[in-house]
Amino acid sequence: MKTKENDIILQTCTKVVLFIIILFSVHSFFAGHYEPGGGFIGGLMTSGALVLLLIAYDKKTVAKILPIDYKIMIAVGLLFAVGTAAGAIFFNVPFLTHAFGHIDLPILGDTSLHTATLFDLGVYLVVIGVTMTIIQTIGEDE
Amino acid sequence: MNEIVNVIIFILIILGAFLNLVAAFGVIRLPDVYTRNHAASKATTLGISAILLATFLYYYLEVGHFNARILLAIVFLFLTSPVSGHLINRAAYYSGVPLWEKSVRDELKTEKKQQL
Repeated sequence: MKTKENDIILQTCTKVVLFIIILFSVHSFFAGHYEPGGGFIGGLMTSGALVLLLIAYDKKTVAKILPIDYKIMIAVGLLFAVGTAAGAIFFNVPFLTHAFGHIDLPILGDTSLHTATLFDLGVYLVVIGVTMTIIQTIGEDE
Repeated sequence: MNEIVNVIIFILIILGAFLNLVAAFGVIRLPDVYTRNHAASKATTLGISAILLATFLYYYLEVGHFNARILLAIVFLFLTSPVSGHLINRAAYYSGVPLWEKSVRDELKTEKKQQL
């Protein structure tokens, strides 16, 4: 049946649910240091939200909403991971040594920052990029 | 106070488990896809929400830990479970799964003929 489909229930539900999924994925990304979670699960959940968007709408609409080249996203993520690992070399410590500390930020107050979060951000971007590249290349086989 | 909380949590968990059991019986006993889906998507939503609410109340009132993720899960289930039931039913109808032979009314039939 190739007639015009009426997907309004799915599309309206997607508009609400998408933000819940992305919020939860960002939460589990930032909670990764102290609780279960981290870059891999957060990235998979974010790409799950994007796949839901792809199911509810067609591929052109999603490309208009989020004009991202996911192959470049993989490269940026790997650059983050290698960058945080290679930054240790400039301080005369072994490769992949991480630094951390408590820093007083202007609004947020006393915050414990760790360079492992930047490494995790690299993992996050790579996971999103790989998943979305796989799904979009399989999806466009016309 | 503590006993009342325990009784409420007890009732919620038993109610949730009972509703899920009823849904499982409905999936086995009912005659066609649409009635089965009707049993599964409604009763399990309320049953799982009751169990999650009992879990939330236990951790909040007994342990003192406010777990917002459980509340988020309840909202998420209430949003998505009926929509998934609707989509499964619609896919079944448009791919030609027959209704139960004792069904009396099929108002979508004319619409379907026009689309075909």
